Amino acid sequence: MSSIGTGYDLSVTTFSPDGRVFQIEYAAKAVDNSGTVIGIKCKDGIVMGVEKLIASKMMLPGSNRRIHSVHRHSGMAVAGLAADGRQIVARAKSEATNYQSVYGEPIPVKELAERVASYVHLCTLYWWLRPFGCGIILGGYDRDGPQLYMVEPSGISYRYFGAAIGKGKQAAKTEIEKLKLSEMTCREGVFEVAKIIYKVHDEAKDKAFELEMSWVCDESKQQLRKIHLFFDAFNSNPILLLATFCSDDLLEESKAAARTALEEMDAD
Amino acid sequence: MDLNMHLNAPHSMGTTIIGVTYNGGVVLGADSRTSTGMYVANRASDKITQLTDNVYVCRSGSAADSQVVSDYVRYFLHQHTIQLGQPATVKVAAYLVRLLSYNNKNILETGLIVGGWDKYEGGKIYGIPLGGTLIEQPFAIGGSGSSYLYGFFDQAWKEGMTKDEAEQLVVKAVSLAIARDGASGGVVCTVVINLEGVTRNFYPGDKLQLWHEELEPQNSLLDILNSPSPEPMNI
Repeated sequence: MSSIGTGYDLSVTTFSPDGRVFQIEYAAKAVDNSGTVIGIKCKDGIVMGVEKLIASKMMLPGSNRRIHSVHRHSGMAVAGLAADGRQIVARAKSEATNYQSVYGEPIPVKELAERVASYVHLCTLYWWLRPFGCGIILGGYDRDGPQLYMVEPSGISYRYFGAAIGKGKQAAKTEIEKLKLSEMTCREGVFEVAKIIYKVHDEAKDKAFELEMSWVCDESKQQLRKIHLFFDAFNSNPILLLATFCSDDLLEESKAAARTALEEMDAD
Repeated sequence: MDLNMHLNAPHSMGTTIIGVTYNGGVVLGADSRTSTGMYVANRASDKITQLTDNVYVCRSGSAADSQVVSDYVRYFLHQHTIQLGQPATVKVAAYLVRLLSYNNKNILETGLIVGGWDKYEGGKIYGIPLGGTLIEQPFAIGGSGSSYLYGFFDQAWKEGMTKDEAEQLVVKAVSLAIARDGASGGVVCTVVINLEGVTRNFYPGDKLQLWHEELEPQNSLLDILNSPSPEPMNI
């Protein structure tokens, strides 16, 4: 749905005659051009995954993290301009620690999402600021259970069961809709997220990518944890490694499962 | 006998305040005397103040300081409730009271007991004495009259009381403190907070049980002269 807003798109403080603010829509396009980011809410927690497109073969795997922890119990996956994303994460961290020091409890995810959304929206109100060029998937676990929010460059924030942003968001959303999230545990969700990211990755246009995942669930004691993922450099099969709380048996099991899933995917 | 000084002394709530948890909620209790030096400025004051629908605070120390702190916390909690979209928890209320007490400790002189019920933790009592410490306790006592109640609670308090047992305990305790502490007196007010809501109760001073060496209330000492066998101080 691209259109040129000739003359009405020069400033974020200008409306077009048909009631759109074009600068915000252009900001959303920056998000659409980035690697896919998805998040799902399973029955016992949240799983987030990012398709990190690798710009150079000399980059160290595991660097340039796209999923940031905001507080012990919540994390944010960013799509779009990475530097803009860093700014938003910094603000979210500061809001979370400030809430904790005033009210004495971890910031409820709903409150955090509202504050982040307000901040993003703030930058769409003044002509001397530009809108943030990033979309955010925010997942957290508080007293009311696990919750998933998505914040767009316009400052809109909604709560979701499953959300996707970036290049492959349409395909990813279709895949997520097929999942029975209310019956799935996070452990199963991790494999599903990995499979979806692999599926929506466009081999033709973008060669190399790194899959980055995090979860916050009952198994990780309601705290955000990285799921370490390594690439087998020779045949590009991901070796899934669940961080911190897993045993060697599980590692082997995960490796086997991921390989099988990939083979099945290739067979499609 | 400096009358001027006494009449102009800052209003202090000598006070006895108590907060007790029971199986299902909390009971808050207080006396009703506000003194200005030796003069009782208000013999029927309400020391149990509402912060939100489900959280109340017992005030002691300087009347002005405790009122101002309560007003600020009520304001902050109101905003917090709107943002959160649900009732604030007792813990958050207590944290806000503590924040004000601690950060202004040089200026303020007020001891507070925050008590209430929320759906996550149930009934909770938090004591916030003079310096701004925050301590969660199964029961808390405060004010000048509380000095006389430490031993009493050591003996009489037990875990998991019913609502009536808890309320009777509170009334008895405040009444004992009133008997011994000159700065406490008047009536006993209690506030019971639980899942169902909030109930205020009122126990007039002359209906309270008489303790050791306490005399029956008399309408006039002239009654003694007119009675058949005039014997004053007849217990």
